[in-house]
Amino acid sequence: MSDRELRVSKIRNGTVIDHVTGGQALNVLSILGIDGSEGLGVSVVMNVPSDRLGRKDVVKVEDRELSQSEVDVISLIAPEASINIIREFDVVQKNRVDRPESVVGLLSCPNRNCITNEPEPVETDFTVVEEGVRCTYCGTIIREELADHIDPE
Amino acid sequence: MRQDHLISASQLSRADIEAVLDRAAEIDGDPAAWGDTHDRAVLGLCFFEPSTRTKMSFDTAIKRLGGTTTDMGSVDSSSVKKGESLADTVRVVEGYADALVLRHPSEGAAKLASEFVDVPVINAGDGAGQHPSQTLLDLYTIRENVGLDDLSIGIMGDLKYGRTVHSLAEALTNFDVRQHFISPESLQLPRGVRFDLHQSGAQVREHTELDGVLPDLDVLYVTRIQRERFPDETEYEKVAGEYQIDTETLNAAKDDLAVMHPLPRVDEIDPAVDATDHATYFEQAHNGVPVRMALLDSLLEADQ
Ligand SMILES: [Zn+2]
Repeated sequence: MSDRELRVSKIRNGTVIDHVTGGQALNVLSILGIDGSEGLGVSVVMNVPSDRLGRKDVVKVEDRELSQSEVDVISLIAPEASINIIREFDVVQKNRVDRPESVVGLLSCPNRNCITNEPEPVETDFTVVEEGVRCTYCGTIIREELADHIDPE
Repeated sequence: MRQDHLISASQLSRADIEAVLDRAAEIDGDPAAWGDTHDRAVLGLCFFEPSTRTKMSFDTAIKRLGGTTTDMGSVDSSSVKKGESLADTVRVVEGYADALVLRHPSEGAAKLASEFVDVPVINAGDGAGQHPSQTLLDLYTIRENVGLDDLSIGIMGDLKYGRTVHSLAEALTNFDVRQHFISPESLQLPRGVRFDLHQSGAQVREHTELDGVLPDLDVLYVTRIQRERFPDETEYEKVAGEYQIDTETLNAAKDDLAVMHPLPRVDEIDPAVDATDHATYFEQAHNGVPVRMALLDSLLEADQ
């Protein structure tokens, strides 16, 4: 078995997220809310050479097919990612990620004085703008540091 | 105004603003004629932060339209102290009132409140966020004094935390106005407000000193720099002193410069300025009632 095969050994059913921006694989997992406690088979490959990206990460999640809304949020940290849905070792669906219009309930607002950081019965709601995402409650903009604000629930 | 709530100045179009200001002018001309326009309407006053001026102004405004108020009282004496959420409080008060006026220490509080009630919500200040009803009376005052187009305005003081500044700056993008922002570097406009100004293509300049820009201004809007924004007293004294004005400062200004301030002031404007033609801040404060009458009238009318 070559190195390459070792790294990308096939999964039977699940999702392969390819062309993730190098270094972002663990953030992709936290966006998906996967931390290993679910018992899903998860493999992560980081910083392997890629023709398109220079270096890329690959994330494979067994026995779970991702919904379009989960996938689109990934685009904020990995805009070039592609999503492959696998059934019985075959790619049955291949999608690129699209920038979503909003991100609901995933991020926490970095403004400590924002009402969403109080014990109120609302989810956070960020609008995706040119330079990042923006809290619809207080107007705070998160730019490059987005992954730091993923709410671990 | 074709709006259900007044949450942020950024939601206001030029037509929305002009409709309220025109109505305020009508009211100002003959206040007595409006005495039974909203007979028995009840305005719910939800002030989670102490405020005398804004609260009195809304209280007077609804009464002059024939209505009345119900007041949740101070936070110390209310259920909030027992840990009730804002969402619950406003849903309860909604049952007693036809519209709510909300002041709250957290940014976004008014938007959150508006999501839980069916009556109009007016944001009377949410933390360092917005204070759009203040902006309407500011715009009214500017229009009465120097007009709202082809204008240079200097906005000075605490631009980072100043909610009246955020609302005013965003509303002014509807008009042909050159906006100059004058502040210490640590208190410049926050990213979110900058973003809005940039998006609307506003003409914006930032300065750390008033001197260079003062002679060009038609309006100088002064706000208070608060002690608690600085790590220590000496730092505060040093910085705040540079953004205070007196009659000597104003020698370099145009004769018809209007000096405004949302009040209360502490020492940003020397009392000697009060006697000059520049002083517009008391007139500005008086405009609070007719403008809030016009605002309440349009929101209550739209809600019927
Ligand atoms: Zn926020």
